[in-house]
Amino acid sequence: MNKRIRKGLTISMALLLTASLAACGVDNTQSAGGGGAGKKSGAIELLNVSYDPTRELYEQYNKAFAAYYEQEKGQKVTIKQSHGGSGKQSRSVIDGLDADVVTLALGYDISAIEEKGLINQGWQEKFEHNSAPYTSTIVFLVRKGNPKGIKDWDDLIKGDTQVITPNPQTSGGARWNYLAAWGYALKKNNNDETKAKEFVAELFKHTPVLDTGARGSTTTFVERKIGDVLLAWENEALLSVKELGKDKFDIVYPSVSILAEPPVAVVDKNVEKKGTREAAEAYLTYLYSEEGQKIAADNYYRPTLDTVAEQYKDAFPQIELFTISDVFGTWEETQEKHFSEGGIFEQIYTPGS
Amino acid sequence: MSSSGVGTSKVRVLPGFGISMGFTVLYLSLVVLIPLAALLFNSTGLTWGKFFEMASNPRILASFKVSFMTAGFAAFANLFLGLLLAWVLVRYEFPGKKIFDAIIDLPFALPTAVAGVALTALYSPNGWIGSLLDPLGIKVAFSQLGITLALMFIGIPFVVRTVQPVLAELDTSLEEAAATLGAGRWLTFRKVILPELIPPLLTGFALAFARGIGEYGSVVFISGNMPMKTEIAPLLIMTQLEKFDYAGATAVALLLLLVSFVLLLLINTLQRWSRKTSRR
Repeated sequence: MNKRIRKGLTISMALLLTASLAACGVDNTQSAGGGGAGKKSGAIELLNVSYDPTRELYEQYNKAFAAYYEQEKGQKVTIKQSHGGSGKQSRSVIDGLDADVVTLALGYDISAIEEKGLINQGWQEKFEHNSAPYTSTIVFLVRKGNPKGIKDWDDLIKGDTQVITPNPQTSGGARWNYLAAWGYALKKNNNDETKAKEFVAELFKHTPVLDTGARGSTTTFVERKIGDVLLAWENEALLSVKELGKDKFDIVYPSVSILAEPPVAVVDKNVEKKGTREAAEAYLTYLYSEEGQKIAADNYYRPTLDTVAEQYKDAFPQIELFTISDVFGTWEETQEKHFSEGGIFEQIYTPGS
Repeated sequence: MSSSGVGTSKVRVLPGFGISMGFTVLYLSLVVLIPLAALLFNSTGLTWGKFFEMASNPRILASFKVSFMTAGFAAFANLFLGLLLAWVLVRYEFPGKKIFDAIIDLPFALPTAVAGVALTALYSPNGWIGSLLDPLGIKVAFSQLGITLALMFIGIPFVVRTVQPVLAELDTSLEEAAATLGAGRWLTFRKVILPELIPPLLTGFALAFARGIGEYGSVVFISGNMPMKTEIAPLLIMTQLEKFDYAGATAVALLLLLVSFVLLLLINTLQRWSRKTSRR
């Protein structure tokens, strides 16, 4: 009898201990963060949560900005970087990663943070050009000498041409590829949606592998030598050619493509908590300055400042570009229509729809 | 999962049931139950309607089929391969045996993404092995065969490590007795050795199978991720997260857990039953 009671007591003690430990855990996460930054007197620390292909760009830019800011405000600022897939990075911020600024691949990933109340509404109007300080577009990377003679979107669905692109449902970058193809087909067929869907469906029939991210697709195309053409961001394509040698690949510019606008935003909740708003806003504003724009252009992103664009006009061929709002409306609508359950992308793969 | 006789008045030799049970509950809660509960609580916005919508989505069902089939095949192949490896490691002496023994555990230690990239490089149409198979019309990378291979790689240590100790403990005098009574080698293996090995084999199978269902890193590189064909269930969880659809991700995860749990329960029951029958 006595034993029984002891047993019961031990178990309940254990459960209590468990519960209290769990509670501690919760407390800890709430009190963590916000330490060591935001003191106006000493150095400031900013965290820029970005996506994969901007690694080199921000390495350069952070040095330039720190120098400028110290000269301007007399305050030392160190910038920490975090890179990863755009969607994953966005989720980290939602889950409590203490970012002061986010610089991601598409507006949708920033809107998701806004929806959780971490970023104030109207973030897209806070900075110029829809808060996209630099832009890019979708181009074709082909094997040297372009053996398949690929010149435009139509050539992608001819014969046995194999197209490499990541899965638009798991990769932010791939959504631009998909939308670029869709926009081209609309243009060609007087905005006939059925025709556009047919074209995109055909395009994915020519896709033997769907990697989960843009870097994975680049590996498939470059290292595994699978496929005839890689749909890629212009900056990634230019970087690939530079890194892997001009003797292996050519870049083909289609007749028309999408203007990819990777946006930036201040994470209002976090900068208010840390008291870093001024520095965070300066950090993003300076991206639009001549120096910031040059760094972006050196890293193969298209500058938005006219004077810099003029200097780099040979690096970025002029082609007809449409924006997502021109053709599709908002990101939320686009996402819902194309990439949700039962959306158009899924219909393409589901038999009988 | 043996019943510990709570409430029975069996006299135990060693004291301390209360405290050990307390510890068990504590650790199980901390390490297993609380994270699983968090999964449930994290699914704010998950309604039954949404859950059933997910459970009836053809693409998700197709991915489940791919996941369970490939994990099942891989675990099944590992039964034979693992038994063979364990047999060689236990019954024979040869130079470098220790090294071989250590190599078995490597798939545990290797980051799965590394395994995935390496396997893809080998089996892709222009890889070392893939280029030999390609002319024969055998497509390994970017097919279900590739997924199965990746899962075999991940699962093999489970089978070897569960069978090995049991095999090492087997009393060889039984085999000698069988031989003196005129049983051939095959008969001896079937009637004397195999019955003892079935429980650990089943355990190994269950572990490899469970691991295979949840495996993500090594598979996404080699599978090609084609919807309805080579998409695995864990990838669809990632797809939901990419859309910031936590509820949808949880729905798929719960579905996966549910099916896995039922299957593992079945395997465990089978194992208990086989244990009973082998102790005649």
